[in-house]
Amino acid sequence: MNTGNTFLFLSAFLASGVEFVEALTIVLAAGLSRGWRSSLAGLGAATIVLAVIVAALGPALTAIPLNALRLVVGGLLLVFGLQWLRKAILRASGYKALHDEDAIFARELAEAKGAEHVERAGVDWYGFTLAFKGVLLEGLEVVFIVLTFGSAQGSIPLAAAGAAAALVLVAGVGIAVRAPLARVPENAMKFAVGLMLTTFGVFWSAEGAGADWPGSDAAILGVLGFVALSSFVLVRMLRRERRTQLRTAEVRA
Amino acid sequence: MKWLSRFGHFWWEFVIGDDWLVAVLVVVAIGATALLAAANVAAWWLLPLAVPLVLWISLRRAIRSA
Repeated sequence: MNTGNTFLFLSAFLASGVEFVEALTIVLAAGLSRGWRSSLAGLGAATIVLAVIVAALGPALTAIPLNALRLVVGGLLLVFGLQWLRKAILRASGYKALHDEDAIFARELAEAKGAEHVERAGVDWYGFTLAFKGVLLEGLEVVFIVLTFGSAQGSIPLAAAGAAAALVLVAGVGIAVRAPLARVPENAMKFAVGLMLTTFGVFWSAEGAGADWPGSDAAILGVLGFVALSSFVLVRMLRRERRTQLRTAEVRA
Repeated sequence: MKWLSRFGHFWWEFVIGDDWLVAVLVVVAIGATALLAAANVAAWWLLPLAVPLVLWISLRRAIRSA
């Protein structure tokens, strides 16, 4: 596998993994509180909708000229990646609370337990819609990532393989422990995904805009190194600033 | 109509997220790259340099509004 393809597989794997961890939390909360029948029915229905979206959009994307596709997809990934990085940097520097999968699970579970029982088509409606919406929303992000990464790099199947590997891993661990995957270093994963989305976004949108990269695909590693270094410098600067702010507030109190 | 507005809101939140200025600055940076490339000037360096700059501006805005 060349640099671009290795990077494509890893990016799809990590980005999808983060989304699957979040979807698993919701499916578990729905299953444990409202019964597995409604939760799994919601999961199945959302999977079918996602499959239809992939089947409809996948071939359509491959018909677009590669440079135009890279310009648009690269721009979208760059915006998307910078938003992920921004949140990850704010969390790592202490300006934003860390994502707590245990707390989210407890909240979802309490809400689901308190909801009224309405049965439609033989399933508990609340459990079904909770699982359906959760899987659909998280799954749409996976679809977006797989289709954009895959089409711009010219290999949707490889991106899909990365996402499938993440699904097998998260679902396997989820079934084994039957609890939200709270030990997954989610912010670190989101940081990594933000770095990869931003790197791909920079690389493809520049190519789509007509720029030539020195070293061709190997330039991806240089871009990744530069984006990672800049992000870590920003984390350090903001962490120091945050500590000074907290110390000043303590002294005043 | 309500469904359409929800659909639009979902995609806005999904792609643009918390800070619309990031999207605007990215479009400006890509446009500048295209202009340089069209003038046969090396343009690959512009977008990597835009990344820390855009992040810094957006992070300062987030911290100010927190």
